[in-house]
Amino acid sequence: MSTLLLNIPVTQYMFYFLSFVAILCGMMVVISKNPIHSILYLILTFFSIAGHYLLLNAQFLAVVHIIVYAGAIMVLFLYVIMMMNLNEKDEPNKKVFLKIAAVGSAGLLLLTLVGSLKGAEKMVAAAPLNTNVGLIKNLGQTLFGEFLFPFEISSILLLAAMVGAIMIGKKDPVK
Amino acid sequence: MRGILLQSAIISTPIEWYIMLSAVLFTIGACGVMVKRNAIIIFACVELMLNAVNLLLVAFSSYHSDASAQVFVFFIMAVAAAEVAVGLAILSMIYRNLKSIDINVLSKLKH
Repeated sequence: MSTLLLNIPVTQYMFYFLSFVAILCGMMVVISKNPIHSILYLILTFFSIAGHYLLLNAQFLAVVHIIVYAGAIMVLFLYVIMMMNLNEKDEPNKKVFLKIAAVGSAGLLLLTLVGSLKGAEKMVAAAPLNTNVGLIKNLGQTLFGEFLFPFEISSILLLAAMVGAIMIGKKDPVK
Repeated sequence: MRGILLQSAIISTPIEWYIMLSAVLFTIGACGVMVKRNAIIIFACVELMLNAVNLLLVAFSSYHSDASAQVFVFFIMAVAAAEVAVGLAILSMIYRNLKSIDINVLSKLKH
């Protein structure tokens, strides 16, 4: 019991820290002028979200998240930005009025999302908390049992995306 | 020991906080889509919005001890990977033809 009491603040602090990092880096993605910096801040945001997954007992998903997002998708972004050789100088800028309007409407969106929570019922965690949900054994059983057909469809989607990306990126033979 | 530590994360943190965090991240992504003019950064902000939703799905899944939501997160990741591959291929083709990825240049349909 004493170890449980000692441990509660630790995870709470980890939640605060990871949320702070995620929100700060998320804002820096929007604020920073250099596209490379934006993408690097986005990678930091993804790492803190992976930390949240670990806190939520989704261990396998945390690992997959780091591999797929930080390892594959973000590298693709960085490669494309470096290939186009974009930097701060040719970063287009919107008018100040449009920026203020955009931030204002985003604030209204946040207000709506948070305000809709106000009347919600208080939710409690499931009584016998199963901490093994995020392990690969349970996830695999769900994925290949209940969700077998969507899994097969998603493989076709990935194949189509691969062929499509190659077809689009190919040089035009006519020119 | 590790089980106790990880279990207390769900007990000690109310789900509302995770909903708030996801709402803030989603809003930041939406704000980036509206503020930025560089098409690649707009893509990155869409990824941020997808991740906010993923975080919420995982939070609900561990509060209910149900693995289905985490499987949905897998599918979202697969769709995001496909979307990014095709989208960046389109953007690099646009850059090759127009020498710019400013979204204001891509307004030919308007005229």
